[in-house]
Amino acid sequence: MSEHKIRLTNICKSYRKYSSEWLRVGTWFGIPFKPKQQADVLKNVSFQINQGDAVALVGQNGAGKSTLLKIITGTLQPSSGTLEVNGRISAILELGMGFNPELSGRDNVYHSAGLMGFSHAEVDALIPDVLSFSELNEYFEKPLRVYSSGMQMRLAFSVATAVRPDLLIVDEALSVGDAYFQHKSFDRIRQYREQGTTLLFVSHDPGAVKALCNRAILMEDGRVINEGSPDTIMDFYNALIAEKENAKSTQVHYHDSGKLQTVSGTGEARVETIGLFDKTGLSKEFIHVGEEVILRVQVKVYADLPKLVFGLLIKDRLGQDIFGTNTYHTNQTYSDAKAGDRLTFAVAFPANLGTGTYSITTALVSSDTHLENNYEWRDLALIFNVGNLNKDYFIGCNWLPVNIEITKQ
Amino acid sequence: MNALALLRGIWNYRHFVFSSIANENRARFARSKLGWLWMILNPLGQALVLALVLSKVLNAKFPGINNEYAYAMYLLSGSLGWALFSEITTRCLTLFQDNANALKKINFPRVTLPIIVVGSALLNHLLLAFCTLGIFIMLGQAPPLALLWLPVVMLINIAFALGLGLLLGIINVFLRDISQAFPMLLQFWFWMTPIVYQSTMLPESFTQFMRYNPMFYIVKSYQDILTYQIPPAYSDDLVWMAVGSLGLLGVAFIIFRRASSDIVDEL
Repeated sequence: MSEHKIRLTNICKSYRKYSSEWLRVGTWFGIPFKPKQQADVLKNVSFQINQGDAVALVGQNGAGKSTLLKIITGTLQPSSGTLEVNGRISAILELGMGFNPELSGRDNVYHSAGLMGFSHAEVDALIPDVLSFSELNEYFEKPLRVYSSGMQMRLAFSVATAVRPDLLIVDEALSVGDAYFQHKSFDRIRQYREQGTTLLFVSHDPGAVKALCNRAILMEDGRVINEGSPDTIMDFYNALIAEKENAKSTQVHYHDSGKLQTVSGTGEARVETIGLFDKTGLSKEFIHVGEEVILRVQVKVYADLPKLVFGLLIKDRLGQDIFGTNTYHTNQTYSDAKAGDRLTFAVAFPANLGTGTYSITTALVSSDTHLENNYEWRDLALIFNVGNLNKDYFIGCNWLPVNIEITKQ
Repeated sequence: MNALALLRGIWNYRHFVFSSIANENRARFARSKLGWLWMILNPLGQALVLALVLSKVLNAKFPGINNEYAYAMYLLSGSLGWALFSEITTRCLTLFQDNANALKKINFPRVTLPIIVVGSALLNHLLLAFCTLGIFIMLGQAPPLALLWLPVVMLINIAFALGLGLLLGIINVFLRDISQAFPMLLQFWFWMTPIVYQSTMLPESFTQFMRYNPMFYIVKSYQDILTYQIPPAYSDDLVWMAVGSLGLLGVAFIIFRRASSDIVDEL
């Protein structure tokens, strides 16, 4: 068994309200007054994070993710349960903690790093790295109040991650600065991961979760309700959101491929058959790079629907989105579908994809997202393989017909 | 967490404590030309006004010492002691709200917060004390031997102010009324303490009452040492005051530790 970095056993957290605050004062001296109200924010949360894991904590607002991070960080005390943590934690629960607008970037670095427990001499050694990573240049010596918010974030992130921690806890702080810096901060976290840092991170960004993590934990209403590969959990989470809106059941079962398949929705329209065909009309599961193919989806309508939008999403084997669109965006919303109608959606596209296995997710909804009316959302509706038969060797998930010219001066 | 861990926490975060104190003052005077001079100019101005109004205009008699500036000196030494008390209590009162974000999001020894308050208040206090001494020398009063008593009185003052301030500050997290009521109480308290006037000017019945005011002993000691140049007259009471203050401080820290998790929950 690998060494555990964090182990939570039956962690509960409740906020107590007393009829008089003096009763609370009494409890500090061991008098067991009964609270008038008790709000349970975390209910028996148990999980374990091992050395080198990268775990995403997902869930809707108010699910208890942030409270849980605060407990692991140590700022909040659990009401009951035990928490074991091994190693130095660095928590980025909020960027720019303790920054003072009147002080220079440099002084703020000393202060902020001091708050993390670094000595003056230690910060001296960190300064060059912070300066180069944040790319603040001459602004580093200017007071923080003249910084743009992006610059403050850059400084904050650079300080917070100046030293590689054993355990990095990040609360939705990654989407900072411009795209360039986001990329850079992402890279740094990935690097730390490769060097052995264990990562625990909260995000609503499926891309980030799938790219960084090898495990995901889904929380709902203070409980851990599902745990598994980021791919599966994000699909489940999506279905859960849709379900909230539609209050209909979500089914999860094992697909033939061994992955968990999530089918959700209210069922007013359903995909009956789905298939991938080549130009000659032959059904295919294996296609080659750049081949012109047609995806045919037969939908049966079970109730009168004023609007019906069909969406598709192609994902790679890791569950990362490759391409997705729907008929709302292509201005082809189908109006006035009647119960009993059978519709066929034929999507023609060139398979300009890299070699590998891909899956198609279908969605039958009433507008551009699946949140308003989700008739059916079907993960892994179809799985197909792409092989390179007649193109030059290339890597990546995309095939671009490049034309390289070489000239000599 | 035991006391040893507490001390280790403070030791590990000593750099943070020092840089916080330094930053506080740097930030406060960041864009003012006179900078830290304002720290002295403010109380000086106040003393000047009171001295002018009360000693010249009202022509108050001031028994006890032979110096035409006696009243100004009396006023300065008394308000010196009061200023330290008032700064520590007022800042402790909102200590937890002011640092709510850090308390909720960063795991650091919480005990550093009151230490920073005390450190920064003490820095101000020492600066002001030196200036007061300087002014006294200019007014023709050489630093007395009794000055050696001053650090002792300062420590008692700090212990009392910190104990009281922390207790109120903790309760204030749950009952915000305290932060509204206390400044008002502080006003009353100021005028109930012989800083602007002398206790001997009061009728006998009031003087009895005065003995229950802890700040009376503190302020009186500052006045004794600096203005009258004698060791504190109420040294016996001062010993009790020291014991009481340390007791109060101890209680405050115990409650601080017990309430710590409740405080963060409530913020």
